[in-house]
Amino acid sequence: MGVFNYTFHWRPAFQALPAMLEGALVTIQLAVLSMLFGIAIGVVLSLMRGSKNRLLSGFAVTWVEIARNTPALFQIYIAYFGLGQIGIRLDSFIALLIGITFNNAGYLAETFRGGMRAVPPTQTRAARSLGLSAVDAYRLIVLPQMFRVVFHPMTNQMVWAILMTSLGVVVGLNTDLTGVTQELNVKTFRTFEYFAIAAVMYYLIAKFVTLGARAIAWRLFRY
Amino acid sequence: MIEIERVKKSFGSLTVLDEVSLSVNTGEVVSIIGGSGSGKSTLLMCINGLEPIQGGRIAVDGIEVHAAGTDLNKLRRNIGIVFQQWNAFPHLTVLENVTLAPRKVLKMSRAEAEAIAVQQLEHVGLGDKLKAFPGKLSGGQQQRMAIARALAMSPKYMLFDEVTSALDPQLVGEVLDTMRLLAGEGMTMILVTHEMGFAREVSDRVAFFKSGKIHEIGSPQQIFESPQMPETRAFLNSVL
Ligand SMILES: Nc1ncnc2c1ncn2[C@@H]1O[C@H](COP(=O)(O)OP(=O)(O)OP(=O)(O)O)[C@@H](O)[C@H]1O
Ligand SMILES: [Mg+2]
Repeated sequence: MGVFNYTFHWRPAFQALPAMLEGALVTIQLAVLSMLFGIAIGVVLSLMRGSKNRLLSGFAVTWVEIARNTPALFQIYIAYFGLGQIGIRLDSFIALLIGITFNNAGYLAETFRGGMRAVPPTQTRAARSLGLSAVDAYRLIVLPQMFRVVFHPMTNQMVWAILMTSLGVVVGLNTDLTGVTQELNVKTFRTFEYFAIAAVMYYLIAKFVTLGARAIAWRLFRY
Repeated sequence: MIEIERVKKSFGSLTVLDEVSLSVNTGEVVSIIGGSGSGKSTLLMCINGLEPIQGGRIAVDGIEVHAAGTDLNKLRRNIGIVFQQWNAFPHLTVLENVTLAPRKVLKMSRAEAEAIAVQQLEHVGLGDKLKAFPGKLSGGQQQRMAIARALAMSPKYMLFDEVTSALDPQLVGEVLDTMRLLAGEGMTMILVTHEMGFAREVSDRVAFFKSGKIHEIGSPQQIFESPQMPETRAFLNSVL
């Protein structure tokens, strides 16, 4: 009967809001950092993948394959325990950041590769024929068109990154939204209340990103 | 003046231009006709240095196009080119498409560039489409925009590569009218075309291309009425 006797106690849960909001900031920080690194590495991987050097393209293909076809949880686990076993001890925040960045970079590399192919070489040729330098042709003609193609998948990855940060609990992270929530839960056993509030916060952060991205897209991509 | 001397061009083992020589004087209109794959587009791309060459030389107003120290970006200001496929920049409005190069290459102010762009767009009958994106234009309108875009740089030469071949028949006329206008104004032009009637009407000379060589060149009357080479005759019979 235990479950059915559960009575909701929202007041103490709401008192924990400031602590949870602080956790949410750590979550956002993790997601943003993992995206910035993920974008940078993703660009490099997509270039490596197109390279004629077998070693470079092989490295990129392996990264992309693992990132996309194994659970994100394992990727984070390996960043923490796997590297730990070969003597690289990482703070759980850093390990989680590495795990999510690994995942982001793998997905984004494919996104960028698609983006590069989406702008036909005739666009560069047309720009160069007008006397534009190679840099200007890339900056003013190729990049903006590429950006449009990759924008939506990048937004999705950002949302995915936010949700992936919740996996930090498996490597002992207790400062992000899930970590804070879990600690409160352990102390009070008000599981439902705390996790319901946390879920709403995740939802709001994700929605904010999606709606913000939609507004940006609406401003930028009028064609 | 454009001087093309014994130009050789190949892609790998495929020879595309085989000792092509042609001089185009200021004010002259030269048409290039010939079958698919004979090297017509490639020649135009070599003239403004979009493609390297493996032999011979090309000079525009005495400037060696393929010499090591040549500033191609500067050279290209003088040579407008309009391609076979429409090459509108889809993320820019019609006006922005046309002002881009004057602003970025000639470093004009926005107002200056827009004044020229509006003038050129009105010239080709697109004065009412300034704010439209190319995706909203017909093929013929896009092609006329590309012509205006090239003209906004005030080039001395215009190269046209089958600018009507991807158009619906009812749109061909408006683009040809635009080119006719230019020819009438004394623009120096090289045009690759499948429109034999048009080539005959506007050209000072017509060159027949076959297998990367100029097989025959002469006045429109000579090429269309009494071609000397059997290949020219066979080609004209196949297209007329
Ligand atoms: N970038 C390239 N790489 C390899 N081969 C090429 C390239 N560009 C053109 N070619 C080849 O060079 C030859 C000449 O091509 P080109 O486009 O100049 O012909 P064209 O006379 O313009 O034909 P069309 O009337 O079909 O436009 C063709 O066999 C073509 O396949
Ligand atoms: Mg061609």
